[in-house]
Amino acid sequence: MIGYILRRIGISIVVLIGVSIFIFALLHAIYPSPAIDVLGSRANSVTVAAWNKQNGFDDPWIVQYLRYMGHLLQGNLGYSYKLNQSVTSLFGEVWARSAYLSGVSLVLSLLIAIPLGVYQAVRRNTIGDYVATSLAFGVYAMPVFFLGLILIQIFALDLHWFSFEGSQSNSLVRIALDVHDMTLPVLTLTLLTIASFSRYMRSTSMDVLAQDYIKVSRAKGLPERLVLSRHLLRNACLPMITLVGLSIPNLLAGNLITETLFNYRGLGLLFYDALGNVDYNVLLAYTLVGALLTVIGNLVADVALSVADPRIRLA
Amino acid sequence: MSLTGAGSLPPLDVTRAPEGGEVGAVQSGWLLALREFTRNKLAVTGVAILLFFVLFSFVGPVFYHGNYLTSNLLATNLPPGAGEPLGTSNQGYDELALLMKGGQIALEVGFFAAAVAIVIGALWGAISGLAGGLLDAAMMRVVDVFLSVPFLFVVLIVAVRYGASVLSLSLIIGAFSWLVPARLVRGEVLSLRVRDFVSAARVAGAGRTRLIGRHLLPNALGVVIVNVTFQVADAILAIAFLGFLGFGLQWPNEDWGDLLSNGVTYLQDGYWWQVYPVGACIVLVVMACNLIGDALRDSLDVRLRRR
Repeated sequence: MIGYILRRIGISIVVLIGVSIFIFALLHAIYPSPAIDVLGSRANSVTVAAWNKQNGFDDPWIVQYLRYMGHLLQGNLGYSYKLNQSVTSLFGEVWARSAYLSGVSLVLSLLIAIPLGVYQAVRRNTIGDYVATSLAFGVYAMPVFFLGLILIQIFALDLHWFSFEGSQSNSLVRIALDVHDMTLPVLTLTLLTIASFSRYMRSTSMDVLAQDYIKVSRAKGLPERLVLSRHLLRNACLPMITLVGLSIPNLLAGNLITETLFNYRGLGLLFYDALGNVDYNVLLAYTLVGALLTVIGNLVADVALSVADPRIRLA
Repeated sequence: MSLTGAGSLPPLDVTRAPEGGEVGAVQSGWLLALREFTRNKLAVTGVAILLFFVLFSFVGPVFYHGNYLTSNLLATNLPPGAGEPLGTSNQGYDELALLMKGGQIALEVGFFAAAVAIVIGALWGAISGLAGGLLDAAMMRVVDVFLSVPFLFVVLIVAVRYGASVLSLSLIIGAFSWLVPARLVRGEVLSLRVRDFVSAARVAGAGRTRLIGRHLLPNALGVVIVNVTFQVADAILAIAFLGFLGFGLQWPNEDWGDLLSNGVTYLQDGYWWQVYPVGACIVLVVMACNLIGDALRDSLDVRLRRR
């Protein structure tokens, strides 16, 4: 068990190093130096060259990469020349807001998608299943921003129940209590995630329902409630662990669009602004953070799966 | 798909059972899948929707000459009426004409990006699966690395700089979407490589080219085709994201995402025709691709199950 986890961590570190090299090289190829952004577009080539030399931007990229990673390991993510602030402190200000939005949405969507998927599988080909499947299919094909727009139109503009803008507060407690402002962003991200999770949950539940041990437990007279909760749910949730781990990139992308749409200051909105400003260090740092979260998501999912499912440990 | 190739699949059609040493028609596997596919009503609906949008986007402009190039400040934000069936935008462009133009871009980018992804992915997966050993391990670690790169982030970053044309945007999206097909094809090749009919072909003296071209590739094709449809859907969504965030194509190539983000500004004014028709277009096309993909997978799967 310990050996498996250690080996898995080792692979993750190798992948992480590979990803960081790729992302750094890619961004470096696109934006070799922020000199023009710092010095202004009228800076002459001599000044630019001097600035590059002074700040190490004329070194080979691999040297710059190693220097960047050295700083990163000390918690220094570089400096945002556009916002005149260190990227670390920029992220420090807003990361909790993004974590709150994504975390609440993820938990809510799991709480809804898992029972929904089981319900659909048990009552498959009934009206309820058809309605849920069609809705999930529709939302699954919907770009996040269009989903958010529909919700804004219905609940903010027509019914005036909620705000069309996310909470602007800095206090996480305030944000958490601000149902008026936070319902729509959370709902958007939640519905999006439910759409893919419930489809998956439905199909794994159907696979499990066809297994012999379900027949056996029914045959020995176990109440249906116990068959579902003890035998079906546990086994059908195993693939969900992997799915949640794999869904991190989608969650981050959804988070980016949702934050932009609802003007909710989080990492996603920060990244969006950085795209417009070509704020190199913010782009680089958040892409690396995204890659890190993706790798961690996979790692945690694998380890959690091996804890939950003893059969995996043999592998 | 010709799993029937070397007769490993007993034809379901009794009338066409092979007699003596004769092998049933090689095409029957594909025909079987096709029959299964056309029986699926949702799949046929998906094909119909997709066909409609192909006609709407590419043939539509031949018959409908709406203005989408010169802004007309005297005709901004007009509701749907006689001259403009779907109203006008904030620049006075004809929304229906914009929808057609956007549809062209969405479909072109969708199919082209999918083609790029599939070609890279299939080659990568096939080489990796066939080579095995150290090369296979190295190539798959590369896939792992790319899979951990957050797709939308890098695509946005690259597109901000290079994504100004349909071609470049497709290349960018395709260049970051080949990982799943690579894994799928590798998996297929690995499992096919040791199948009896491949061994039989090898024993019968088939060369490497014949093995790949006649046995491995056609059999891995099913997986690839299913994946293409999902790739198209994903690419259309990706370009809509880029357009919505304002980092997609440059004027006058306005895609559906662009249109939506323009319309959003006027949502509060009740200019529904700038938002909902284009939103519906995106959803319908993506849904059609997903429907086709699901049905294809089912029809190929059924065939596998009967084996």
